[in-house]
Amino acid sequence: MADGTSVPIDVIAPGQVRARRNTMQRFAQRRSTTGFFLCLPLILLIAAFVIYPAFYAIYLSMLNKKMTAFVGLGNFQFLLKRHTFQLVIFQSCLFAVTSVVLKAVIGFILAHLMHNIPGKNQRIWRGLLLVPWVIPLALSTLTWWWMFDPSYSAFNWVLNQFGIDNVPWLGVGWTARFCTIAVNVWYGTPFFMIMYLAALKSVPEQLYEAAAIDGANTIQKLFFVTLPMMRNIIAITVLFSLIVTFADFDIVRILTAGGPQDMTHVFATYAFQIGIQSGDIPLGAADSLFMFPILAFAAFFVLRGVTRRTKEIAA
Amino acid sequence: MAEVSCRKVVKEYDAGVQAVKGIDLDISDHEFVVLVGPSGCGKSTTLRMIAGLEEVTSGEIWIDGDVVNDVPPRDRDIAMVFQNYALYPHMSVFDNMAFGLKLRKFPKQEISRRVDEAARILDITPLLDRKPRALSGGQRQRVAMGRAIVRNPKVFLFDEPLSNLDAKLRVQMRTEIKKVHQTVRTTTVYVTHDQIEAMTLADRVVVMNGGNIEQVGAPQELYHHPATRFVAGFIGSPAMNFLPCRVQDGTNGGLAVRVTDSITLPIPPARMDRYGKFKDRSMILGLRPEHLFEYHEQAKPGWTRVELPVDVVEPMGMETMVHFFVDGVPVCARVDPATHAEPNEILPLTADLNQMHLMEPETGRVV
Ligand SMILES: Nc1ncnc2c1ncn2[C@@H]1O[C@H](COP(=O)(O)OP(=O)(O)OP(=O)(O)O)[C@@H](O)[C@H]1O
Ligand SMILES: [Mg+2]
Repeated sequence: MADGTSVPIDVIAPGQVRARRNTMQRFAQRRSTTGFFLCLPLILLIAAFVIYPAFYAIYLSMLNKKMTAFVGLGNFQFLLKRHTFQLVIFQSCLFAVTSVVLKAVIGFILAHLMHNIPGKNQRIWRGLLLVPWVIPLALSTLTWWWMFDPSYSAFNWVLNQFGIDNVPWLGVGWTARFCTIAVNVWYGTPFFMIMYLAALKSVPEQLYEAAAIDGANTIQKLFFVTLPMMRNIIAITVLFSLIVTFADFDIVRILTAGGPQDMTHVFATYAFQIGIQSGDIPLGAADSLFMFPILAFAAFFVLRGVTRRTKEIAA
Repeated sequence: MAEVSCRKVVKEYDAGVQAVKGIDLDISDHEFVVLVGPSGCGKSTTLRMIAGLEEVTSGEIWIDGDVVNDVPPRDRDIAMVFQNYALYPHMSVFDNMAFGLKLRKFPKQEISRRVDEAARILDITPLLDRKPRALSGGQRQRVAMGRAIVRNPKVFLFDEPLSNLDAKLRVQMRTEIKKVHQTVRTTTVYVTHDQIEAMTLADRVVVMNGGNIEQVGAPQELYHHPATRFVAGFIGSPAMNFLPCRVQDGTNGGLAVRVTDSITLPIPPARMDRYGKFKDRSMILGLRPEHLFEYHEQAKPGWTRVELPVDVVEPMGMETMVHFFVDGVPVCARVDPATHAEPNEILPLTADLNQMHLMEPETGRVV
């Protein structure tokens, strides 16, 4: 009513203006719009630091060594034919899969042991077992490297005490592979342990009591209660660790630098060698891009299972 | 199906505090026994000791003629229904119910026969393929009961199975539990802190307080003949009124209880012998609200007229609760809904002292 009297008669626009403002307002008030604007800073950051480099890497991988000509998938074809690269694929998979499996199994066992330590002591042990994970990896790997040293260091000294000959830890193919995996397991297990411990603590005690009354023994409780209840955490940690382990650089680079005879190279160290050290950046980019489909494939299946189970369990 | 006995059972948690202080209890075959008591009185602890989920500090637990103190829960042949159901979230309703049978290596047809049968009794057949997540609280409760029934165990144990349900569903499930028990007749121990649940379900009610058993008896027996002030106050809703009083000589050589200077009520002749020896002692008079009501002109002999100012009136439909203060002690009376009662007005009341209880203040014992 007040509106009607205060608007001059000769102006026709107000109604239209108001209408437009209303649609604008409604647009601005929609939850999805607000959500989008709130996410915008993050979207911009991701665009700048993830999407752009990713596409730039794809673009790079299609250039020749001098980065003057476009060669399409030439770099990929070249890599696949090369024996060293075939080794790299095999070793990356061996390194990642073996490490992750070992980390998961050892982490699971440690989490169980930890879960059964009563009260205060648990915190001390938990703290101690987390140490490998909080020391900067490059630093601890250097220590390992020193301990693996063939003639002057800890492991061989101990072996000598038992009358066993020196072992050239990092000097022979399979032993070197074993060493890189061992260090990775040492470093990564605490992460699994802490995740599994959290998951263990979140399984309601009453499920175990119900299972005990239903007639389950300890092993059956593990298989029918604990593991199903932890499947999501297991899937997510394994996936996450698989990604990180596939992309691992520090350990191999410091322990063996890919040697002996390229027998410990993984994608990242090989990319570094051909891309930075030998100066063929497009080839290095192509090498590292090989990780992408493998990881995407794994992520797709793992996360699909996770979503399905989350719906089931969240009650 | 079996008898269950507790002999001097004590449970001490690590702090040296006794949660259960040596209880003796015998439950016969087919019996439905309800443990009831206030929060923290040791009901769950007792039940969990019978289940084997909690170790017994001292004493013995017998199931079906054997001491089971050192028998793990899975070998006790019992089934338990938990307050929050404890269904396995990753298993379907069928698998939840079949789990115990599968672990005991029952043949497949037998398992599905029993599960189908239990599902039929509990009316959950259409839900068998669902996961617990997709069930309502009442349906989960049924599944939890189904899981107990299919095992056909010696004893059913229930720990406050209905307390997570809304009031209406609780009443419905209560009936259901009673029906199931009448069908399968398995010895049952049922824990609740809801005395109505206890009264309606039980063959015998065990009232616990502070780790001790206060009284064991049929629901009506507890109601009419409570052994202690605690039981008298715990059973019945609204709770019994307790008034400090003194037993003294009444008119015509009888006895009377003096509640205040102005209120003295004659003790019925039938109770004279019982109360005579407490003459001139301070006692506590217990009177249920339903035995305290409005005064009628055609009152029976011995129904003394007492006039009291009304404090609060609570109409409940078929009855009206009226609250008073007698010497600062709150008192509740149940009057006819047709009675005119207004706050601050005087209402003439009377008490049926044939239903009175007299207690020793020091021990709380009903004399
Ligand atoms: N694991 C435990 N450690 C130490 N004390 C406990 C433990 N469990 C129970 N108690 C104590 O034992 C006493 C009895 O506990 P209980 O669970 O049997 O009570 P309740 O009668 O079931 O009560 P509610 O009706 O609240 O379930 C309580 O005082 C409680 O604090
Ligand atoms: Mg309890």
